Amino acid sequence: MTLNAYLILSTLLFCIGLIGVLKRKNVLMLFFSTEIMLNAVNVGLAAISKFHGDLSGQMFAFFIIAVAASEVAIGLGLLILWYKRTGSINLDDIARMKG
Amino acid sequence: MFEIVAFCLFSVLTITMFSITVLTNNALYALSSLAAGMIFISAFFFLLNADFLGAVQIVVYTGAIMALYAFGMMFFDSLSEVKEKVKNPRLVFLLSGMVALIVVVIFISPILGENISANLPVNPSYGNTVDVGLVLFTKYLVPFELAAIMLLVAMIGGIVLAGKKMEVSYSDMTEEEIDAHIQAENEIENAKKDVK
Amino acid sequence: MEKYVYIALFAPLVGSLVAALFSMRGKIAFTGWFTSLMLAVSMIASLNLLSFVYTTDIVLNVTLFEWMKAGSLNIPFGFIVDHVSVVMMTVVTVVSTMVHIHSIGYMENDEGFNRYFSYLSAFVFSMLVLVMSDNFAVLFIGWEGVGVCSWLLIGFWYKKESAAWAANEAFIMNRVGDVGLLLAMFLIYWSLGSLQYEEVFQNIGTLETSTITWIGILLFIGAMGKSAQFPLHTWLADAMEGPTPVSALIHAATMVTAGVYLVVRSNELYVLIPEVGYAIACLGAFVAIFAASMALVHNDMKRIIAYSTLSQLGYMFVAAGLGAYWVALFHLVTHAFFKSVLFLGAGNVMHAMNNELDIRKMGGLHNKMKSTSIIMTIASVALAGIFPLAGFFSKDKILEAAFNGDAYFLWLILWITAGLTAFYSFRLVMKVFHGEQNYSNDDFHPHEAKGFVIAAMVPLAILAVIAGWFEFAFVDFVTKVLPSWEASNIVSSTVWILILVTSAVAIAGIVYAVVKYRNGGFSKDWEDKSIHKLLSNQYYIPQFYENFITKPYHKLSVWVFNVIEVKIIDNTIENIASLIKKTGGKARVIQSGNLSSSLRLMVLGLILGLVLALVLSLFGGVK
Repeated sequence: MTLNAYLILSTLLFCIGLIGVLKRKNVLMLFFSTEIMLNAVNVGLAAISKFHGDLSGQMFAFFIIAVAASEVAIGLGLLILWYKRTGSINLDDIARMKG
Repeated sequence: MFEIVAFCLFSVLTITMFSITVLTNNALYALSSLAAGMIFISAFFFLLNADFLGAVQIVVYTGAIMALYAFGMMFFDSLSEVKEKVKNPRLVFLLSGMVALIVVVIFISPILGENISANLPVNPSYGNTVDVGLVLFTKYLVPFELAAIMLLVAMIGGIVLAGKKMEVSYSDMTEEEIDAHIQAENEIENAKKDVK
Repeated sequence: MEKYVYIALFAPLVGSLVAALFSMRGKIAFTGWFTSLMLAVSMIASLNLLSFVYTTDIVLNVTLFEWMKAGSLNIPFGFIVDHVSVVMMTVVTVVSTMVHIHSIGYMENDEGFNRYFSYLSAFVFSMLVLVMSDNFAVLFIGWEGVGVCSWLLIGFWYKKESAAWAANEAFIMNRVGDVGLLLAMFLIYWSLGSLQYEEVFQNIGTLETSTITWIGILLFIGAMGKSAQFPLHTWLADAMEGPTPVSALIHAATMVTAGVYLVVRSNELYVLIPEVGYAIACLGAFVAIFAASMALVHNDMKRIIAYSTLSQLGYMFVAAGLGAYWVALFHLVTHAFFKSVLFLGAGNVMHAMNNELDIRKMGGLHNKMKSTSIIMTIASVALAGIFPLAGFFSKDKILEAAFNGDAYFLWLILWITAGLTAFYSFRLVMKVFHGEQNYSNDDFHPHEAKGFVIAAMVPLAILAVIAGWFEFAFVDFVTKVLPSWEASNIVSSTVWILILVTSAVAIAGIVYAVVKYRNGGFSKDWEDKSIHKLLSNQYYIPQFYENFITKPYHKLSVWVFNVIEVKIIDNTIENIASLIKKTGGKARVIQSGNLSSSLRLMVLGLILGLVLALVLSLFGGVK
């Protein structure tokens, strides 16, 4: 398959993740959508890495995975605390600025 | 030939799984389809000759992160559906559609550079794992160690955020002391509930 | 020798600044004596410079500092002491010193004593800057300086509304003239690239005649404002609201002569445009007879002397217009002496009569104020132009110039004016000092002024007598810079006939005035005649100005304020402000704290960034 096909796939997955981020009001679902976006980027990087014979893309993908893991840990921890305090994980309830 | 078939199959599957994640209201369905999607993503990595990356994807993402999400979901009241009231659903699709369109346009147009020289050239004679290992422990050693520290910090942070009180250490106390401690804690909790 | 230039220039400024330190306090005699001392120092320095230039014919050029230097514009702050300016310096400093000493006596009971001397010395400083400058720009600084100081001094008793009004009138009319001077300066700079006298007058011949004509006209408009020629003349009579020594200094000897000085200084320009010169002379003659006619009927002592000044200024412009520049300068010098001493004498009379100005309420003061009476009589004789006093030599030369230039009509006007001048000056003297006493002894106790005041007036009176005798030395001296002029068209016999005719009319005027007023003056019927009314209302010109210029302008200003300022400008600014406020109010919604909306905005920004990248890459290559 050509590079373009992989890149288009990566884009489509990214946009699916974007839809989820914009649409979801449940914070946990929001996190899922973020994971989708990160994975899409990984696919793109790996594709470019293969088609140019360069290992930099795979290195980048590794570190993205590492970062995603730590982000999930902290994010879930904070969400649990918030849930214990307020009992809801609706995004609209988190807003404190009056606007 | 094999490659094309595999690519089409896995791409369809991945897109379907991720669409389910994004569009469903049930958290459990979303979690399961996300996990399935991760596995199919690793298939892409194998297709792209990034064996090590594919293995890491399965182990870390599907194994660790999804498990973490599953444990995290235990804390929430997942059965009660959060009202997904969006003010402008059309706006969401419009925005995302535009992003997709533009990026596709960018990627189709022949802007991809012709004379890109590889920074870290692939050495096909070794096999991907050895190659990755060589680069990771020589050129990217410092980022590697920093990532390790970051994971450590994240782990400690997670424990501190979500853990219970940890002033006493059960392993240093005898059985009677542990019982007395648990009783005292229960009384404090009951007292708090009465006040409420 | 340069140090004398600096001393002469800056001594009055030092005096002014020191007096200004005490301006908020009551009277301190020190300020009066100190400023007079500073002026005496300046006078000695000027006299020193006069003798230096006289003996050595060296012209001193002093540059204080580089004032403006930007690209091709180069205006240094420079001074020149040549024959013309040293004459002016001497006149200014001598008269100023005497006026200062006189003022110590005149203003002795005034609360603003210190302030007065500060203003007066500042005025002398500005006038010295004006006459000593070597380029038009520094002249303009001095020009404006004397305008401001005259405003301060005319409106010295600012709580009196008429005084404040008169000061504004003087300043505004000066300003109207200044527009002409500024335009002339711009035109000179634009055509010739420099404002220095030397360079301008060297290259003035290279311009077209129309340009030179415009420059000449515009310069004269500036001179008209300062020297109160028609139609910018009404301020001079109203300027009598200020203290009398101020009138002596400013409105007799210095500020009003600045216009004449300007024309004399620019003589090399005016010789190229004789038509403009002739027009100036005609205007001068008109002003001479115009002012003299008004002086015939007024009863305010200072106003009579003010109109007399106006008339004599007309004489000077006639001489300058006809090309006889040294004659104009000569008349300027002699006029300064006798007119200032007339004003100072009037000041003495006012001081004695408790600030009374109406001459109908005086009379028979000769017995009580002998010295003042004698001095004023001498000055009036000089003004009338009787041999051998100073006015005779200078006025006669002007009449000769008019006759010489075939301007017989001008000569006739000036001749009639000479008669009128003699008449009204002696009308004043007779009514004030001789004749019956028209006041009651209970109201007024006139007494002679203090000794030092009379002592200050005496040198000026002496100069009024003898200044004319130096005519030949003066001519020799000044024509090294100014063009020499002689009555070349007429034979010497005609000259003598002219002299006799002029003297005859002057003596006739004096005799008529003395005889008529010794016997009680004119009958009251004259006051009902329309011509009397016309003259005593100053030909209704002030009313004309008020109705046709001041009131419409005021209405225009009010209209502009209400429509343009309030409705347009204020509204525009308010609308801009409220627009910004509303925009802020609408944009506040972004900061709602809702993560979803923030994410949406982020995606919107992302789209914009991608579009931009696409467009840029299509039109130039992504960098």
